[in-house]
Amino acid sequence: MGVAVRVIPCLDVDAGRVVKGVNFRELRDAGDPVEMAAVYDAEGADELTFLDVTASSGERETMYDVVRRTAEQVFIPLTVGGGVRSCDDVDTLLRSGADKVSINTAAIARPELLGEAARRFGSQCIVLSVDARRVTGGAPTPSGFEVTTHGGRRGTGIDAIEWAARGQELGVGEILLNSMDADGTRAGFDLEMIERVRTVVDVPVIASGGAGKVEDFVPAVRAGADAVLAASVFHFGVLRIGEVKDALRAGGVEVR
Amino acid sequence: MLDYGSGNLRSAERALRRVGAEVTVTADAGAALAADGLVVPGVGAFAACMAGLAGVDGPRIIERRLAGGRPVLGICVGMQVLFDHGVEWGEHTDGCGQWPGTVERIKAGVLPHMGWNTVRAPSGSVLFSGLDADTRFYFVHSFGVRRWEPAASSVLRPPLVAWAHHGEDFVAAVENGALAATQFHPEKSGDAGATVLRNWLRDVVG
Repeated sequence: MGVAVRVIPCLDVDAGRVVKGVNFRELRDAGDPVEMAAVYDAEGADELTFLDVTASSGERETMYDVVRRTAEQVFIPLTVGGGVRSCDDVDTLLRSGADKVSINTAAIARPELLGEAARRFGSQCIVLSVDARRVTGGAPTPSGFEVTTHGGRRGTGIDAIEWAARGQELGVGEILLNSMDADGTRAGFDLEMIERVRTVVDVPVIASGGAGKVEDFVPAVRAGADAVLAASVFHFGVLRIGEVKDALRAGGVEVR
Repeated sequence: MLDYGSGNLRSAERALRRVGAEVTVTADAGAALAADGLVVPGVGAFAACMAGLAGVDGPRIIERRLAGGRPVLGICVGMQVLFDHGVEWGEHTDGCGQWPGTVERIKAGVLPHMGWNTVRAPSGSVLFSGLDADTRFYFVHSFGVRRWEPAASSVLRPPLVAWAHHGEDFVAAVENGALAATQFHPEKSGDAGATVLRNWLRDVVG
C-alpha cells in the first residue's frame, strides 16, 4: 500500500459565493462555499481547493472570511488560490486556515515570489498553478505547450513544461497543472501534458481540466498525476466523488 | 498548544476542540507546564522549527513535563524535533534528543510525500485504537526518521513505533509513555485523525 491518489473538487468563489453549481438534495444553499465544502468532505473528497475569481481586490476580506469559516468545520486539507500576489497574501490565507496556497499569474511576472514564499512558509504549502495550452500558430515554445494568463486567453510565450520545472527549482511543493484546451470540454485530461510535466518534476502533480466522465481519471493517473482535480462536473452533479473513486479503484489505483 | 511561530496552529486547535478539549494557544512557559496535555505542532524546516522552539524555551518545557510524567504530543515537524537531530540540505541541527535517530530526506520518487497513506500500527497502540488497518491519514513531508531500532531494556518499556511507506519505510507515529507523536497531521485527517486525537486525550492525557 502507498499514498492514495487524491480526488480534489475545486470551488470557484466570487465575492464569497460559489460560481455555478446546482442544488444537491442535501444542500440548503449551493452558493455557500462553506456548505459545499462540508458536502464534498462528507462525500470523501481528499482535499478541497478554493479558487478566488473575484475581480475586485476590495472583496479580498470576504475570501478570508470564507476560508476561516470553512476551516472551522472541515478537517481535510484546503488549498486556496486566485489573485495571490505577495508573501503577505500567502501569510493572510495561511493564518485564515488555508493549508496550501496556490500562486499563478504573480509568479509569471516575478518568479522569485515562489522562492520567497517557499522559504518563508515551507515548500509543502506553496503550489504553483500553471494554466497551459498547446501552441497553435504564433511562435512555438520548445515543448509545444505554453503558459497562459487571463483564463487561457492570453499566451505568454513561456514554455509550460520548463515553467513547471522552474517552479520546483524555486521550491514549490506541488504543481497544479490546468489544461486550458481541455478545460470545460469534458473530453478528458490532456494526458501528454501530464506526462511531459511528470518527466521534469518530482513534486506531486495535480491534473486539472477536461474531466467529464469517470473513465477519464485512470488515464490521468497512468500519465503521472498524483491527484486529480475537477470543478464543473462536481458542481453540476455530473459526477460524484464516490463514483470517481470507485472508477479509480476498479482501475487498480489506490484511493482513500 | 505551544505557539512558537510555526505555521497554521488554528487547524490543530480546532481539531482538538472538536473532540472535546479545552485549548489554549500559548508561548507562556507557565501555562505550557501547567496544562494537562501539551501539543507541539510544527511545519516547514527542521532548523527553523528548532530555532522557534528554543526561542520559547520549548525543549526545557518538554523535558520538565516528561520528568513529571505529563503528556506531550508532537505533530509533523513537532514530532521530528523530538529526535536527536535533523539533516536538511546538508545542514545538521540538534533536536530535543528525546528519542534516538536522525530526521533525513526520504528516498522516494515523488516528494513531498503528500496525501493520505496507511500506517502499520504496533500492537498495544493507544493512539490507533479502534481504527482499521487500512485507515488513511494525511501526510505532508519530505523528511522523516528512516531507521529506528528501540534498544531492548529489561526495565524500560520500549516505545511503540508505527511505520508508513512511501518509497521506503519511515516512522509514522511513536507512543512512549507520556511522550507521543505523529508524522501525519491528525488535525487534517478527517474522522480518522479525530479518533487519534480523542484516543490521546482519553487514554494518555486522561
